[in-house]
Amino acid sequence: MKKLHTSGIRRSLEQTNIRLHDMRHHAREKNYEGMTEEEVTIAQYKAHRWSKLIFVFILLAVFIILAGAELAVGDYDIDLWSVYSILIDHIFLGKPIETLEQTVVWEFRTPRVLTAIAVGIGLAMAGAGMQSMMKNPLADPYTTGISSGAALGATLAMTLGFTLISGTYGTIINAFVFALIPSLFIIALSKYRKPSPAMIILSGIALMYVFNAAQSYLMLVADPNATSAVYAWTVGSIDGTDWGDMPFMWAVVILGAIIMMYLSRILNAMNSGDSYAKSLGINTDRTRVIILLSVSILAAGIVSFTGIIGFVGLVAPHIARILIGADNRILIPLSALVGACLMMVADLFIQAVLSFSMPVGLITSLIGGPIFMIMIIRQKNEVW
Amino acid sequence: MVVEIKATDLGVSYGEFRVWQGINLKFDEPGLISILGPNGVGKSTFMYCINKILIPTEGNVTIDGTDVNDLSFKDIALKVAYVPQASNETFAMTVMDTVLMGRYPHSGFNTSAEDLQIAAECLKIMKISHLAMRNFNELSAGQHQKVMIARGLAQQPDLLMLDEPTSNLDVYNQMHVMRMLSKVAKERGIVILTICHDLNVASKYSDRVVIFSKGEVYCDGTPQEAITAENITKVYGVKAGITEVDGRPYVLFYDGGDEQFQ
Repeated sequence: MKKLHTSGIRRSLEQTNIRLHDMRHHAREKNYEGMTEEEVTIAQYKAHRWSKLIFVFILLAVFIILAGAELAVGDYDIDLWSVYSILIDHIFLGKPIETLEQTVVWEFRTPRVLTAIAVGIGLAMAGAGMQSMMKNPLADPYTTGISSGAALGATLAMTLGFTLISGTYGTIINAFVFALIPSLFIIALSKYRKPSPAMIILSGIALMYVFNAAQSYLMLVADPNATSAVYAWTVGSIDGTDWGDMPFMWAVVILGAIIMMYLSRILNAMNSGDSYAKSLGINTDRTRVIILLSVSILAAGIVSFTGIIGFVGLVAPHIARILIGADNRILIPLSALVGACLMMVADLFIQAVLSFSMPVGLITSLIGGPIFMIMIIRQKNEVW
Repeated sequence: MVVEIKATDLGVSYGEFRVWQGINLKFDEPGLISILGPNGVGKSTFMYCINKILIPTEGNVTIDGTDVNDLSFKDIALKVAYVPQASNETFAMTVMDTVLMGRYPHSGFNTSAEDLQIAAECLKIMKISHLAMRNFNELSAGQHQKVMIARGLAQQPDLLMLDEPTSNLDVYNQMHVMRMLSKVAKERGIVILTICHDLNVASKYSDRVVIFSKGEVYCDGTPQEAITAENITKVYGVKAGITEVDGRPYVLFYDGGDEQFQ
């Protein structure tokens, strides 16, 4: 299982894609004899909705395969089927972890995979929400300066030993709290000025410069070891997490998922502009602040554990949008799945292809960039 | 029961600049009402005051006797729908999804069978059923406008406000849209308020015409009362003559020469 047949997976995905396209075309051309104009419209719409759900199921299958492969691959190779049976036996049948194989899968590898999934889901949903809320395809979870805030928080802990709480979680809590400063700043500002997308982006950039300057200074005067640790942190890695980190990280992700799904229809309306959204009964200023805060907590909760993993939050929503369009009700869950899959593909690449360890944040950008470029060139539906 | 919209001593200023003041208008009869007036006279601003997109600096607007400031956006959305002049979508959904968005004030997270039915009917009224599954941003400006009108109709408001609904439409569609709006207003017993720059289209289909000029309501009455050569010349500064087509005033414009455009 050292080498994965990714090209086979890709080919079958492409074929499914072609078949889906045919099906949709067929549905459109189907003879709707004896139906009124309205009935035809509704029938077409329902068929269209189902065809979107198929993408969710396909990605769900890909997700399960990737998760299994992630757990199987490593220095100690395990059969893919054994991985699934170990997981099912332990989670659903409550069998204890005893053998070496079981320990490797459950104790060593599952936290890592769960982290990759949480990062993918969290950043992708945050990115999708941020893009729709700001009406800006360039927005990502870090747009408001979350990443530089988190980096400064972590730098303070690593170079000066300054932490808000002492103990092993000092760096994480520092990063989390500092990551929230930009959105709290915007919320405070919104009392005096309307929180428009431009205002949010500009104040994010302003804070970013301040944070970066402070961080650079700290790194300049710190000793080289601390500087190197800070640098490693900013690249973003999922190596350092264990079972103890899971409850908080997943609580943030699940809470974020619920809020984002609840807000999805409002995000659809806000995409048509503030004055139209208001005329639909949405208090846009207040809603924007709520979305901003939710997205920030979601992104901060992840970044504080893993460091700055770039690209997933920007690209996963775009890939999902190319697949199923811009309706946030389905875009947000699909982005989450795409994000999780991207993270696992990147990590698998490190585990299976590279013979040395590398922070996953580098790979997401290194592989994700070209893939994204190809998708932009090849996309047929203009969704943005 | 027909909705009653009443503006009392309404005034709006942007800093030093006063858009208009002392506006008193009442809409309480079903029908198509056109708001006319030169660019920048504050026609859209007036609409914004009705659905609380803008808070007026003086006076107030009431919907069925309640000040809009005491109503939530949601309360207003159940009674008043607004169709913007130009689309402003960044990430496009399908036309059907876009029209279904108009159902937001009435339905929650899920789209009901009734919502689908209403949206499909609105597409049919606008003659765009064939576009239902197209992506919104693949369409032309005129088609965008028709989709947005369908979305406004789907909201099933008591007051439908449209900001230049025919600005991007060809002559057939201009007449179709205005005729349809006039019919819908009477069938549903609702007030439809449009901002219009085509005086002849407004004259042909409106039940009432309100002309804004120089910071006040210059004229408010039937097309016959409001659309006269004298009024047009005074308000727009263009030499005009009036004839009659379909029993309604029809404006002819003459080039008033260089001095007219000094």
